[in-house]
Amino acid sequence: MDHLARLESQSVYILREAYKSFKNLCMLWSIGKDSTVMLWLARKAFFGHVPFPLVHIDTSYKIPSMIAYRDKLALEWNLTMVVGQNEEALADGMNHTRGRLTCCTALKTRALKQTLDGTGPRYRLMPDGRYYPDPNREPYTGVIVGARGDEEGSRSKERYFSPRGVDNDWDLDDQPPELWNQFKTDFAPGTHIRIHPLLDWTEINIWEYIERENIPIIDLYFDRGNGRRYRSLGCDPCTADVRSRACTPGEIITELKVTNVAERSGRAQDQEDPHAMEKLRRDGYM
Amino acid sequence: MSAQAPAAAESPGEATREQMNIVIVGHVDHGKSTLVGRLLADTESIDPAKIEQVRELCARQGKRFEYAFLLDALEAERDQGITIDAARCFFRSDLRDYILIDAPGHIEFLKNMISGAARAEAAVLLIDAAEGVRENSRRHGYMLGLLGIRQVVVAVNKLDMVGYDRAVFDRIEAEYRAFLTRIDLEPAAFVPVSALAGDNLIGPSEKTPWYDGPSVLAAVDAFAKAPAPAEKPLRMPVQDVYRFNREGDTRRIIAGRITAGRLSVGDDVVFEPSGKRTRIASIEGFSEPTRLSVEAGRSTGITMTEQIYVARGDVMAHADRPPRVSNRLRANLFWLGRQPLRRGRTYKLKMATFSGLCEVEQLIEVMDASALSDAGHPDRVERHEVAEVVLRLRRPMACDLSHEFVETSRFVLVDGYDVAGGGIVRDVLAAGDEDDAVRWTTEVGAINRPLREAKHGHRALLLVLHDDLDQNGRALAAALEESLWTGGKSVYRLDLAPGDVQKVGPGELAPRSITLGLVAGLLNAGQIVIATVPWSDDHTHDEALRMPGLDVVPQCQVRFRTGGDDQGPVAGESLDDDRDWALDPSLEPRALHDVIKRRLERLLAG
Repeated sequence: MDHLARLESQSVYILREAYKSFKNLCMLWSIGKDSTVMLWLARKAFFGHVPFPLVHIDTSYKIPSMIAYRDKLALEWNLTMVVGQNEEALADGMNHTRGRLTCCTALKTRALKQTLDGTGPRYRLMPDGRYYPDPNREPYTGVIVGARGDEEGSRSKERYFSPRGVDNDWDLDDQPPELWNQFKTDFAPGTHIRIHPLLDWTEINIWEYIERENIPIIDLYFDRGNGRRYRSLGCDPCTADVRSRACTPGEIITELKVTNVAERSGRAQDQEDPHAMEKLRRDGYM
Repeated sequence: MSAQAPAAAESPGEATREQMNIVIVGHVDHGKSTLVGRLLADTESIDPAKIEQVRELCARQGKRFEYAFLLDALEAERDQGITIDAARCFFRSDLRDYILIDAPGHIEFLKNMISGAARAEAAVLLIDAAEGVRENSRRHGYMLGLLGIRQVVVAVNKLDMVGYDRAVFDRIEAEYRAFLTRIDLEPAAFVPVSALAGDNLIGPSEKTPWYDGPSVLAAVDAFAKAPAPAEKPLRMPVQDVYRFNREGDTRRIIAGRITAGRLSVGDDVVFEPSGKRTRIASIEGFSEPTRLSVEAGRSTGITMTEQIYVARGDVMAHADRPPRVSNRLRANLFWLGRQPLRRGRTYKLKMATFSGLCEVEQLIEVMDASALSDAGHPDRVERHEVAEVVLRLRRPMACDLSHEFVETSRFVLVDGYDVAGGGIVRDVLAAGDEDDAVRWTTEVGAINRPLREAKHGHRALLLVLHDDLDQNGRALAAALEESLWTGGKSVYRLDLAPGDVQKVGPGELAPRSITLGLVAGLLNAGQIVIATVPWSDDHTHDEALRMPGLDVVPQCQVRFRTGGDDQGPVAGESLDDDRDWALDPSLEPRALHDVIKRRLERLLAG
């Protein structure tokens, strides 16, 4: 077994533990490369099936082709696709010009919290390709998230199974012990557990695996003829593409091996405050 | 027959570089984060722009730049200057890729140190040259041994603070080597280091001409990558059984990760502890070539030729090399719980995919790991202490011993919602005595006793009526059952024969233990249980139905004694203090019934 096979085996093991332990389990799918790899790993773990809903938080500012790609794959792979949104904030005209952290907090963190606990709207993709209100409003108690340890500082301290409080908060000063693949699957009512199957993966590992498994990743990551591509996907107004001619996973890997530019450097909200990501994550951000 | 065919269809070549997890441990302030930060910087594993960014941040906040800041990414840590949780960072040498796990050295965060170290294959342990060997230098060393980490480099740090004095280095090496010898750990090297100045980190230093050993990086590169134990007997703890027939998939797949050995299609296998046998029909996978064989390390799934009942927690092995099966284990453990581990208390034990309740039967030795001395309180294990214990499980499990297998010999104990300790199995002991029947009954699941009690509208309760020669007990029991039932209560009555309650020698599964198991089951189902115990003249039945594992359920006994002093409850008396009631058999049956019923109703409401 090589390193990628070991990473795959551990992620599959974590996904199966999550599926066994939580009745109300969901997987957050941001449409980006990491959570798409995670979705692929779920199909590996469950022999071609994905036995839990995929949840996407749609800020309404996403790059439009992300939504088309999401629905196409969801129908093709027979996924239970659930979309949540902070409709109240959007009706009130929330956007990034009111402050990026403010906007992220409303359209991502709060939307996520409401979608997870069932107090906010949930829409479910039906076979006709359209979304209808989801009859299931039960809170999700297990939430699978594609965070990687090498993305930024606070993520490097995550557990595979990480408890969140009643308010979705992350008490990272007092995390429970986690050892020998014995994960925290017992939790108090009202709280939930975040599950991180990709914690040990690096950005390069992700691309190596995409290449090896031939995973149909969204084409925004590749140069589409204008000499630019995205390295990290987010909302249109706050995500910048990078100069690159890489058109394949192999070319991206070659490029990553020499770059000194941080993966999330194109994500404007990180630049607002040196602890932006930790603050967002303490409050429940992915 | 267990076909041991070589792994045929493993993944194509070593496409990616080898990776190893290294944990950095040691006493607080001995410089772990500085060492890691400096290693990252000197090997250019970290973006120079990030270093600049942290330098700038320090300047803006009026602080001196420290390499540790590169890792201590959390605000609280930067403010307090200590590491709270184990951070992972990625690091490359010419040889391989590393994940460095920077573990906290403060005693408060021992659980985080252990969480970090449990993911590691090897360790660098730091000792401050100026401070010398401290309690967590020893405690962390002991924990590494308990966690099964045998590859350790000791870095004697801050040598610049003692003028690169060889005598200081030699003294610390001698002292700490002696300690490690006591816990049977042989370090790969002792390296004199200044993490701050970069001496002997990635190459030799001019400041220590008297030292000709490896640098920290060279010593770490010299660690051997432990191969997955494919050559050992097969072990695959069953993780789950899948049947996704809603989507038209008729396969019944036993899913799990192979923790040792390899398996091939056609192998004869046994599932322990049930001992059920079958043969591997296929190895399943998604979007991969058909496999005829898989080996240790891989998460996989199989189908069987005969459909036998298999459950999570079972261990699959080749029929001729099965694991051990027992409900009693001798183990070494460390304790992290807020509440001390106590003899007689019940915890959830999790090993590989097994999970079950266990009781601490015996504390053989309780030790302070930092001094290897007796902790001085033989009845409990306090937080951060270590112990040798005997654990007794409610139902038997399959396991191995720690010197034979890794994954199927180590366990954690869960207290409440959290992992509170971990340990390794040293030995399996003979099965426990007759009371096991009580312990084996009904694992507590999501639909537990409190939920059932809430539905019934009253508590579970056990009333034992000691019969007299006139069988007043039986008559009373029947009357009570009827009136409680009519009053809407969930009640069940048992008339027991002498053999049902007589004690027999240890190890025998006597009718008595079956009775105890039955009663425990009824109580866990939230019932009021009324049991009549036959009359005996020698009082051998006095302890007839005490249920030691169910202390939370009210248990009371009634005896008949001529002239019995119990005429009725005294106002304000506490029933909790006295649940052994004596009644005069000459009282009217109706009066007897009313006295007991009043008392029961108070207990049921409580």
